[in-house]
Amino acid sequence: MDQFTINLLFVGASFALYIGIAIWARAGSTSEFYAAGRGVHPVTNGMATAADWMSAASFISMAGLIAFTGYDNSTFLMGWTGGYVLLALLLAPYLRKFGKYTVSEFIGDRFYSPTARLVAVICLIIASVTYVIGQMTGVGVAFGRFLEVSSTTGLLIGAVIVFAYAVFGGMKGVTYTQVAQYVVLITAYTIPAVFISLQLTGNPIPGLGLFGDHTTSGEPLLVTLDALLRDLGFNEYTTHNGDTFNMVLFTLSLMIGTAGLPHVIMRFFTVPKVSDARWSAGWALVFIALLYLTAPAVGAMARLNITDMFWPNGANSEPVSLERIETDPRYDWMATWQKTGLLGWEDKNGDGRIAYFNDKNPEAVAKAQAAGWGDANELTKFNNDILVLANPEIANLPGWVIGLVAAGGLAAALSTAAGLLLAISSAVSHDLLKGQLTPNMSEKNELLSARIAMAVSIAVATYLGLNPPGFAAQTVALAFGLAAASIFPALMMGIFTKVNNKGAVAGMLAGLITTLVYIFLHKGWLFIPDTNSFTDADPLLGTIKSTSFGAVGAMINFAVAFTVSKMTAPIPREIEELVESVRIPRGAGAAQDH
Amino acid sequence: MTDHTSQSAQAAGKSDAGYWAANVRIILVSLVIWAICSFGFGILLRPMLSGISVGGTDLGFWFAQQGSILVFLALIFFYAWRMNKLDKEYGVDEE
Repeated sequence: MDQFTINLLFVGASFALYIGIAIWARAGSTSEFYAAGRGVHPVTNGMATAADWMSAASFISMAGLIAFTGYDNSTFLMGWTGGYVLLALLLAPYLRKFGKYTVSEFIGDRFYSPTARLVAVICLIIASVTYVIGQMTGVGVAFGRFLEVSSTTGLLIGAVIVFAYAVFGGMKGVTYTQVAQYVVLITAYTIPAVFISLQLTGNPIPGLGLFGDHTTSGEPLLVTLDALLRDLGFNEYTTHNGDTFNMVLFTLSLMIGTAGLPHVIMRFFTVPKVSDARWSAGWALVFIALLYLTAPAVGAMARLNITDMFWPNGANSEPVSLERIETDPRYDWMATWQKTGLLGWEDKNGDGRIAYFNDKNPEAVAKAQAAGWGDANELTKFNNDILVLANPEIANLPGWVIGLVAAGGLAAALSTAAGLLLAISSAVSHDLLKGQLTPNMSEKNELLSARIAMAVSIAVATYLGLNPPGFAAQTVALAFGLAAASIFPALMMGIFTKVNNKGAVAGMLAGLITTLVYIFLHKGWLFIPDTNSFTDADPLLGTIKSTSFGAVGAMINFAVAFTVSKMTAPIPREIEELVESVRIPRGAGAAQDH
Repeated sequence: MTDHTSQSAQAAGKSDAGYWAANVRIILVSLVIWAICSFGFGILLRPMLSGISVGGTDLGFWFAQQGSILVFLALIFFYAWRMNKLDKEYGVDEE
């Protein structure tokens, strides 16, 4: 059976499973559509949250970013897990006690202001839609590669599938579908990592193998990797090379953004009790940690394997020959990935060898010239995002592992897209239409409008995914920055302080606008290329990159909110009582509709 | 909400305000640990920990890539357990 058929089988079987579950768990009433009647067990909820949370960015992209940068990109590992501590301690139990369906509902009620609710809805929609666009683009690329169709066709297939289960299943369909997706995703991530860890270190647990000894050299794996990279003129894997201040701010932005993303927060509305909301955050992180503890091992081991491919006898020997790349089946993955345009090599000096080294390092260039390998790096392109998907092929693992990874990557992208679409549809139908424009809408019409909102968002995201304005990582950064700067501070102040309506609205707007402007100044207005005034290599404010600005936006939000609140009327008595009641678990019944 | 506080808890001098103050204390301690392990050991204090070697590198690298995640997990489960106990002590739990 060829690889294409195997991929098709794995991807097809996993999709049949998700759709089957969505049909089986079709939602009936409004409360089931949003929150599955609050009948979801904390462990189940944690698993679904993990699938919801871990998108194409975590599954496909993150290990590649760590592999090619090393220690400095630990920010992703700490940032995308540390936010769960903030969620569990500062938000989840209180929002569950509040007992309504959506994040903006809490903001509207707590700040007794339709304006606050409207601003929150706008923040949620902007953050979620931008995030979905990134996921849809990811879906397109993954489908394109594994089903050997164009990324456009891949994206359209993906859009139909997301539409099918998100629109007809609602939250309940999504919850159980996401449990299935989590199982597919974690299996697909772990199995190749275990194989590779066994090959390199003899340890079946990749997270431990990372700090174990390399079987061939007998030295610790990281020492071997550091030495190999040093010999080729690259930065050592374990050293800190970037700017420390920016590293701290970026980590903080990812953490706060995690705790401010509506599709994650909404998960904690779906547990039966306040105490369950506390446990749920823990269980979610358990299931996320299974991937996040493996990811750094995947990164380091893949970097070692790739470098070894080009230097089969070590960095002080000969580079791999062009003939070997073309004829040895161990190198077949290179031809496959070359077709995507994400991998490229060129024998620039015509010596029949492909020399891979850092040609920006004068010492490494001098060494390569002396050895007669030329003065330029001949591995001309290696896109970080192909690393996880190409990893099983690079390590020469069996065809079924490659098919499994294809299914896992798609599960990660699709589950997050579905969760975000649900957040968008509830924001539009429940908060915008029923909450503001047409309060007397029937339950049936509310459900209908939720489904229409989903269909429209999928159409918009698919359209923008088809014509990506040149942003993938930027999209994710914008979504996180916006959530960090607007939603998280408002929720936190709503629970822990007596900030009033005007303070909250001013704070959210200040955080949202400053962050949006800072990102647009660096990435181009509405991401249109060449409209930017600054670059992240030389940012406007010191060393603060646009991706790290979310934390600054959040501080601006807090500062503005406190100042405005101090200068205006204090909160009324009944809101003070609301704050008191949210802080105490007692009396958290079933959720209330209007 | 004080008028709903169960009588035994009130008799023991346990108020909703006391419950909240205790909760905020637990949160603050947890967040200090959260920050020290990630921003501290993982980034800012890494040079100080460079003498402690772990599997071919130093303790700071381990904290940045794995240790902080394990600490986060421990913190969340500790908080859930501690708060569920506190709920009962102050008679503010859901049952």
